[in-house]
Amino acid sequence: MTKVTMTVNGKSVSGDVAGNRLLVEFLREDLRMTGTHVGCDTSQCGACVVHVNGEAVKSCTMFAAEADGADVATIEGQAAADGTLNTIQQAFQDYHGLQCGFCTPGMVMSAAALLKDNPKPTEAEVRDYLEGNICRCTGYHNIVRAIMAASGQDVPAVAAE
Amino acid sequence: MYSFDIERPTSVADAVAALADEDAQALGGGQTLIPTLKQRLAMPSKLVSLSGISEMKGISQAGDSLTIGGGSTHGAVAAGAGAYPALAALAGGIGDPAVRNRGTIGGSLANNDPSACYPAAALGSGATIVTNAREIAADDYFQGMFTTALDEGEIVTAVTFPIPEKAAYVKFEQPASRFALVGVFVAKFADGVRVAVTGASEEGVFRWTEAEAALSADFSADALAGLSLSGDGMIGDLHGTGAYRAHLVAVMTKRAVAAAG
Ligand SMILES: Cc1cc2nc3c(=O)[nH]c(=O)nc-3n(C[C@H](O)[C@H](O)[C@H](O)COP(=O)(O)OP(=O)(O)OC[C@H]3O[C@@H](n4cnc5c(N)ncnc54)[C@H](O)[C@@H]3O)c2cc1C
Ligand code: FES
Ligand code: FES
Repeated sequence: MTKVTMTVNGKSVSGDVAGNRLLVEFLREDLRMTGTHVGCDTSQCGACVVHVNGEAVKSCTMFAAEADGADVATIEGQAAADGTLNTIQQAFQDYHGLQCGFCTPGMVMSAAALLKDNPKPTEAEVRDYLEGNICRCTGYHNIVRAIMAASGQDVPAVAAE
Repeated sequence: MYSFDIERPTSVADAVAALADEDAQALGGGQTLIPTLKQRLAMPSKLVSLSGISEMKGISQAGDSLTIGGGSTHGAVAAGAGAYPALAALAGGIGDPAVRNRGTIGGSLANNDPSACYPAAALGSGATIVTNAREIAADDYFQGMFTTALDEGEIVTAVTFPIPEKAAYVKFEQPASRFALVGVFVAKFADGVRVAVTGASEEGVFRWTEAEAALSADFSADALAGLSLSGDGMIGDLHGTGAYRAHLVAVMTKRAVAAAG
């Protein structure tokens, strides 16, 4: 067991982890923060995307021990303390960017990473950036529309309208 | 996963010492190794994480060559290898953004997956693989699918790429995995052209020497007219037969030449 200490959504947390403890297991099982989802566990689906030191990573494919000392952001830290949704989350609600919601935590975290680096992406850039985030419900159009809206741009009219 | 310990050394020397233990294995970005461990296809006693070693990160240019630290992520290369645009573009086309934020050039070259992108860039550029112990020319480094010249416990600390006059990498993506079904890297240097092919051969990445000769005489897609490869020894699977891959190699090579301009 190794002792790890990291900042999660601004709060310092620590725990003893085995070498093979995944970051997503540490978040969900040790910290009981179950907002980060596990869809595939094989780094394909992106439901587990969190930010580590500001970069989007798949938390099912990183060990907790490697996040020792890191600054981690998860979906739980996106809304304000009083529950007010952030711009991206609100846009997902306004544009019906989710159905079952399973992919949504990863979609929102990927979208946040994209908009941090590229505040006004084109629709093609949004679709390209979401290559590693799979949604089985929406067909993606409304997710793309939500992200375009969150970036303060015109929202494309698409077939799913 | 079986159980193992993780060490996080901060220097190459400490990592080499840690890897001397029996059944210790290097951990780069984990984008290949962690899925392998989950399938219980590997049973290391200890993983030696290379991600905290700052001397293995960074990109520097000296004259006509670009040196990339072995621990540099694909995302870092995509953003920082502007002096060699075809290489930056290749790195930016690997997997997806989250994979690129973890996966490293050293891990990709050590793994030498027959469908990986970096082996094509290294072989196609005539790069030099720098380890903690020696320098290995790309022509000697790749020794068949998942096989390289690396010794047990040897670490890829850097890769030096000569910067060509023109180059391009074109990959035909396998849509589910996003790896190359076939990928071709073409690089034109003052003294000749190199063409490296990934995804196609059962022997892993290889140089297509007939195409190199034709392109060295005339660097144009037309120069490749009539050249073809046999499907024998090409990978055949549910995504495509060997003959289909052989055909794709010729098409992707023409596209790469056109893209290099
Ligand atoms: C969804 C997905 C899509 C992908 N798509 C592509 C793609 O399109 N093209 C492509 O090329 N790759 C692709 N990959 C693979 C990705 O590029 C990996 O990052 C890479 O193959 C392995 O690098 P790593 O740093 O993650 O190494 P690890 O997984 O950590 O290690 C791989 C192997 O290399 C060894 N190793 C690691 N670093 C070093 C080093 N510096 N020196 C010596 N040995 C070392 C390890 O011991 C292990 O045996 C994809 C992966 C995923 C999950
Ligand atoms: S659960 Fe991590 S990518 Fe699917
Ligand atoms: S909303 Fe159901 S998977 Fe995306």
